[in-house]
Amino acid sequence: MELLVIFISAAIVNNFVLTQFLGICPFVGVSKRLDSAISMGMAVTFVMTITAVVTWLIYHLLLVPYNLEILQYVSFILVIASLVQLVEMFIRKVSKPLYDALGIFLPLITTNCAILGLALIAVLREYSFMESLIYGIGAGAGFTLALVIMAGIREELELADVPRHFQGAGITMIIAGSLALAFMGFAGLI
Amino acid sequence: MDLSAILISMGGMGGIGLVFATGLAIANKKLYIEEDPRIEKVNDVLPGANCGGCGFAGCMNFAENVVKGNAPINGCPVGGVETANKIAEILGVEVEAGEPLKARVLCQGGLNEMAVKGEYMGLESCVAAHISGGAMKLCEWGCLGFGDCVEACPFDAMYMSENRLPVVIEDKCVGCGKCAEACPRNIIELHPVSHRVFVKCKNQDAGKYSRLVCTRACIGCGICVREAGDDMMYMENGLAHFNYDKWGDRNELPTQKCPNHVLVSLDEEGTDS
Repeated sequence: MELLVIFISAAIVNNFVLTQFLGICPFVGVSKRLDSAISMGMAVTFVMTITAVVTWLIYHLLLVPYNLEILQYVSFILVIASLVQLVEMFIRKVSKPLYDALGIFLPLITTNCAILGLALIAVLREYSFMESLIYGIGAGAGFTLALVIMAGIREELELADVPRHFQGAGITMIIAGSLALAFMGFAGLI
Repeated sequence: MDLSAILISMGGMGGIGLVFATGLAIANKKLYIEEDPRIEKVNDVLPGANCGGCGFAGCMNFAENVVKGNAPINGCPVGGVETANKIAEILGVEVEAGEPLKARVLCQGGLNEMAVKGEYMGLESCVAAHISGGAMKLCEWGCLGFGDCVEACPFDAMYMSENRLPVVIEDKCVGCGKCAEACPRNIIELHPVSHRVFVKCKNQDAGKYSRLVCTRACIGCGICVREAGDDMMYMENGLAHFNYDKWGDRNELPTQKCPNHVLVSLDEEGTDS
């Protein structure tokens, strides 16, 4: 039950993108097409989940016993960078078109603050191993959800008659804001 | 200060780094992609200016397409024959040497030649002047003289003369065509180097009017066409043209009778003036 609460909290109520405003860059950058948005979501979910697990292991088995908490940022970033590199190789191997479609945003997962945020928040809340794992999956799911909703709307938007002054970045910002407002509605859920 | 803390942190971070590095090294082997090594080699011999003169998005893209066979080996106008030969060596095929192209400015209407219709106080840009009705020069076809072409040239192969006409430095020009694209009046054309004579005017107005706007305008009298004879030249839209297929690379003019000296033959130094 506790785990379910953590999952829903991470995925919906405290959605990383729309409530905590972390990881906005790919949220705007890769949300033009639904299929690449889903792939990006999957890649980020993978990185987030593994990051949550590995950083928990590193923090509790290495950093805490040796009083090296000060190194958590460096080591976490090391973990994230390596994982992103792995994902990049994997996607390039499996699907070159997808690799081209994600472009610069794939290596930029490294600097996606949602992922470092996830690792740091998990430490801050003193989650157990299982809780960290679920938190990572939930955060990834929430990120994917936000990206997919955004991409769906923006695909429809291609056909919409947007007033000239709102076209492009303007309307994207407005939609992102509206979505964030909508997600505020979940605030009392838990 | 406890020295062991430093050692432990060094060892710890080093250990983590080592573990991940090993993991990535293994993954790199497992997930290695067979990429045509020739693409990298072709890219290395390209000039690397990413000018887009070949029609592809940058040198790397051109290299990929050459290796795939979608682009001609001599498709790089910048590298010319030399690069084409190197690419041919990498791909193991013969080249038919492409003739290098050079930009030619087909207008002689500088400040001294053209009639002036008024003062232009707008943006110092050919495009802006063209849109707003054409600077102070009266000719609707000629050079506007703000040097959009010079600015567009990635190779510093052009400059503006004192007479406010662009000059192409032939040795530096690689024929990428950026200047021709930048010119709102299409005065600059790319010609193979073997073209040595030019009709240096684009004015299609009737002779009576074109004589008014510029002392170097083609008035469409057709004297050159008659003198050259034998289909060497032809008239089109009130403007004389060379039939380069027949004229070939001859450097002398068909006639000296052009009343406005529109026909120009390139002099020995080769710079376009």
